[in-house]
Amino acid sequence: MNELRELYQEVILDHSKRPRNKRAMEDASHLAVGHNPLCGDRATVYLHVEGDVVTDVSFEGSGCSISTASASMMTDALKGKTVAEVKALFERFHDLVTADPSRAAEVAPELGKLAVFQGVHEFPVRVKCASLAWHTMKAALEGGGKATTE
Amino acid sequence: MSPSAPHDAALAAAWDVEAVRREFPILAETVNGKPLVYLDSAASAQKPRAVIDREREVYEHLYANVHRGVHRLSQLASDAYERARGAVRGFLNAADTREIVFVRGTTEAINLVAQSYGRRHVGAGDEVLVTGLEHHSNIVPWQLLCEEKGAHLRVAPIDDAGTVDLAAFERLLTPRTRVVSVSHVSNALGTVNPVRRMTELGHAAGAVVMVDGAQAAPHLGVDVRAIGCDFYAFSGHKVYGPSGIGALFGRAELLEAMPPWQGGGDMIASVTFEKSTWNELPFKFEAGTPNIAGTIALGAALDWVEARGLAAIAAHEAGLLRYGTELLSSIPGLRIVGTAAEKASVLSFVLDGIHPHDVGTVLDHDGIAVRTGHHCAQPVMDRFGIPATTRASLACFNTREEIDALAQGIGRVQEMFG
Repeated sequence: MNELRELYQEVILDHSKRPRNKRAMEDASHLAVGHNPLCGDRATVYLHVEGDVVTDVSFEGSGCSISTASASMMTDALKGKTVAEVKALFERFHDLVTADPSRAAEVAPELGKLAVFQGVHEFPVRVKCASLAWHTMKAALEGGGKATTE
Repeated sequence: MSPSAPHDAALAAAWDVEAVRREFPILAETVNGKPLVYLDSAASAQKPRAVIDREREVYEHLYANVHRGVHRLSQLASDAYERARGAVRGFLNAADTREIVFVRGTTEAINLVAQSYGRRHVGAGDEVLVTGLEHHSNIVPWQLLCEEKGAHLRVAPIDDAGTVDLAAFERLLTPRTRVVSVSHVSNALGTVNPVRRMTELGHAAGAVVMVDGAQAAPHLGVDVRAIGCDFYAFSGHKVYGPSGIGALFGRAELLEAMPPWQGGGDMIASVTFEKSTWNELPFKFEAGTPNIAGTIALGAALDWVEARGLAAIAAHEAGLLRYGTELLSSIPGLRIVGTAAEKASVLSFVLDGIHPHDVGTVLDHDGIAVRTGHHCAQPVMDRFGIPATTRASLACFNTREEIDALAQGIGRVQEMFG
C-alpha cells in the first residue's frame, strides 16, 4: 500500500476533490487546450499575464485525480510568478516526475508543495496525467494553443 | 444465442476451471505480491501451454520459409502453415480454405477489404454503413476510403443499453450503400449484434457485408455461412493465440474479383518488368514472408479452443457475466455501461466521481488487471457522455473468486476516493 499512498497523498486527494481555480477566465491573455490521447483527458489552461507577471491562472477540464490535482496545484503555484520563473518551474516539475530518481530528489526541495508528485515516478503510465496541465500551460505561454502529452 | 438454459448450466458446471487455469502458465504470476487476477482478455487473452509449446516447437523442429523451398523443413513448415489455414476454415465454418487469408489481425483485415474491395466499388456519393458501437479499427479505414472517394460514412445509432437501433440501421441502408461493416461483439460494451439479420438487410440493399469478429471469436461459435456475411475477420491474440496473426474470411467470388492489396513475393504467379500476374487464392493477398510460427500456433490455439468446446466456454463465461453483473450492480455509486439483452464477457462500468484511471491504478496494486480508458471506441464513450470506463473482461480461465476480488478492489477504490 506504501507506493499507492505515496502516489495518492492527502494533499493530492484534497486537490482532486476540491480543485482550486477551476473556472474559465474571460480576460485571459493566454490559453491552450491540452489533450492526453491515451486516456481522452482534456484540460484548458488560462493565464492572465500583465507585463512579465502571471497575475491569474485557471483551468477547466475533466481527468483523473492525478491530472486534476496537478492542474489545481499548478494554478496555485504559478500566481504572481514571472514568466521566466514559471518556465523554470516547468523544467523542475518535469524533472520531478520524469528524471532519474537522484535528479528528482534534487529538484524536489525547490518545488515546495508540488514535490508530492514525486510518487508519480513509480507509476510510469501516470506521468502523463501529472504533466498534462503543465504542458498545456507551457503551450499557452508560447502561444501554441494546443498541447498533447504525446 | 444459447441453446437452452439447463443445457448451459450443465455445460458450465462441467467446466473444470482449475484444470483450465493450470494450462495457462502466466496465471501463476504474482503482481505486487498478489496473485494475478487477469480481467483484460478483451484487450488480449493469455496463452495456454499448448500454444506456447507449439510456437517453440516450430522454431526448434520445423522452421523454414513457407511455399518456397524444395527442402524437407520448408515442406514441413508449409504443411503446418496450411493445416493452420484448415483450422481457421473449420473454426469459421467457411466452405473452402481458399477463402481464408492470413493477416496481422482484424485491423489489417478491415484495411485490406477497405482498400482492395472498397477502392474498386465505392465511388463519389456512395455510402458505407457502420454502427455506433464500432472500434476505431472499423471506423478509420472506412473514413480514409470515404475521404479519398468522396463517399459518406453513415452510422447506425445505439440506444441507452448499448443496442444498435435496428430500425434506424435499416433506414440508413440506401441504394447507395456499397459496404456494411459491423462488429459481431462490441469491445467496449460487450453487446452482441444480430449480425445474421444485419447481413440479410445489407444484402437486400445490395451492399456487401463485413463482420468484425475480433471480440466474438473467443466467445461465440462463429459460422460465416449461417451468418451469410461476405467478409469476416478476427485476431489470433484474442482467441488464446499469438499476437500479430489473424485471419480474414472472404467469399471466394469476391476475393477472386478483388485486386491485390500489397505486392511482393508469394502473391504472384509470374513477374516480368512489363507485367505481373497474381497467384491464386488465398496467396494473392499474402505478400511477403508471413508470421510463420505465429500462424501455426494460431492453429494450435483454435484446436485448443475446439477441444474444450466453445459452447462450454461460452456457458462458463455467461455464468460469470451474470454473477459479475449482479455483484457489481449491487455496489452503490457504480453504474454498468452497456446493458444490452445479448452480451458477451464484458463488464464496463463507471464509479461516481472517480476517474477510471485511478480505479485501474488501485486495482493494479491488488494484482487485478483491467482496462481503463476509451477502449479505442471514443464514439461509444461520447454516446454515453463519459470520457472513459473501467472494463473487466472475462475469459475461459476466470473464476467467481476473481470477480469477488474485483468487487473488493472497487470497495477499496471507493474508500480511498470517496
